[in-house]
Amino acid sequence: MSTQPAAADWRPALVPAAVLRHDPVRGADLLLLPERVVVLQGRGEVVVGLCDGTRTVRAIVEELTARFPGAPVADEVPAFLDGLRREGCLR
Amino acid sequence: MSVPASPWALLAELTHACPLHCPYCSNPVDLTRRSRELGTAHWAEVMRQAGELGVVHTHLSGGEPLLRPDLEQITTAAETAGIYTQLVTSGVGLDADRLAALADAGLRSVQLSVQAADPRANDRIAGRPSSFTAKEKAAALVRDAGLPLGLNVVLHRENLDAIDAVIDLGVVWDVDRIELANTQFYGWGLLNRTALLPTPGQLARARDTVARRRAGLPGRPELVWVVPDHFDGVAKPCMGGWGAVSLTVAPDGTVLPCPAAASLPDLDPPNVLDHPLDWIWHRSPAFNRYRGTDWMTEPCRSCDMRTQDFGGCRCQAYALTGDATHTDPACRLSPDHALVRSLVEHSEEGAPPKPWVHRRAGRRARRCPGPTG
Ligand code: SF4
Ligand code: SF4
Repeated sequence: MSTQPAAADWRPALVPAAVLRHDPVRGADLLLLPERVVVLQGRGEVVVGLCDGTRTVRAIVEELTARFPGAPVADEVPAFLDGLRREGCLR
Repeated sequence: MSVPASPWALLAELTHACPLHCPYCSNPVDLTRRSRELGTAHWAEVMRQAGELGVVHTHLSGGEPLLRPDLEQITTAAETAGIYTQLVTSGVGLDADRLAALADAGLRSVQLSVQAADPRANDRIAGRPSSFTAKEKAAALVRDAGLPLGLNVVLHRENLDAIDAVIDLGVVWDVDRIELANTQFYGWGLLNRTALLPTPGQLARARDTVARRRAGLPGRPELVWVVPDHFDGVAKPCMGGWGAVSLTVAPDGTVLPCPAAASLPDLDPPNVLDHPLDWIWHRSPAFNRYRGTDWMTEPCRSCDMRTQDFGGCRCQAYALTGDATHTDPACRLSPDHALVRSLVEHSEEGAPPKPWVHRRAGRRARRCPGPTG
């Protein structure tokens, strides 16, 4: 299956079951769901924090590009969001 | 020795009391009496210490956890400790007020057991009339409250041919997830093994059904097939390894690497009343006994699979061979594998149903019936 980049006008939001929290024991950011734990790598927590159901993917990419100049935001963030949607964390 | 990684999950067996009497129940045959259960303050302290240790997920389970009048306080203690809570319930005793109180206390999700999709079959397996009706009501309440809802269906000879109907039920009840869990032969399940053991034909049909239904569902409910033991010649990586991922606290505060480990006679498991959870996880002899691979005997010791399946289940090795350090006989490389083969070969298609005993308090542990029943 090819990974379709997330539609630019999708407004991602965490599913109601998901909880985003920092784990001080492991020094990691986690998404907690009924039967699983997703460990967010790198700046994943910042990206997920912007998924409030009001911002579009386009807006999230713009905001992150401004905050992290030079980072491959436009290449990586839509695929990252799509992956979380497939895993049932975002809708 | 390297420091063991922190545990992710805690199975909190808040009570062994239960209004149902499922013959496959994984609770020990010697059920803990209510008078020996930990009190509210102790459970709150367990949750606090578990959070500090790195636990992020807890199943509030039993028995039937709704029988604890302080379930709300225990839930709040978990939530305060940063632990995601899932109620594991039979549904019996859940009403709108109780669910609202639990949700207010911080409850995040619910897993509801169902014994069969046919109400009469459900009530017969559960050993309690009208329990299906209670489950149906509980499912609707959880849906109305907007909490994530999963069904857990333990599969065995009596209900494996009817999983299509179970999946239909999950669709009608609008659940998020259906866990089709083949019986594990521990506790009461071991006692009733000859009656519960499916036939290879049943399992093959059920696997096909799951594959067909998965392809036909729009991604929801999610279908989870928990593979059967005994049939494939492979050992399951029990609990992700001994003392590796999760811990179980029994109603009286005994801490175990897996709920079945109470059956190991010389384990001498620690108790939260005597030691901090941190010591129990990192230092106690019980949690270190089968950790890693050093304890292994052949053929596991020199097998490439040993860091993936950890030699299978210690409790099963003990139950079938009398020695918990042996290779799990479910593995085809085990010198004791014939024990498991003969069990499976005696499980015939079309054989008349065998009797089982429903779980009840006060029944003393008996010797397991042995490989040929
Ligand atoms: S398996 Fe059945 S009897 Fe055992 S705790 Fe669960 S609902 Fe109760
Ligand atoms: S011999 Fe032991 S390690 Fe190897 S596959 Fe069997 S159970 Fe696993």
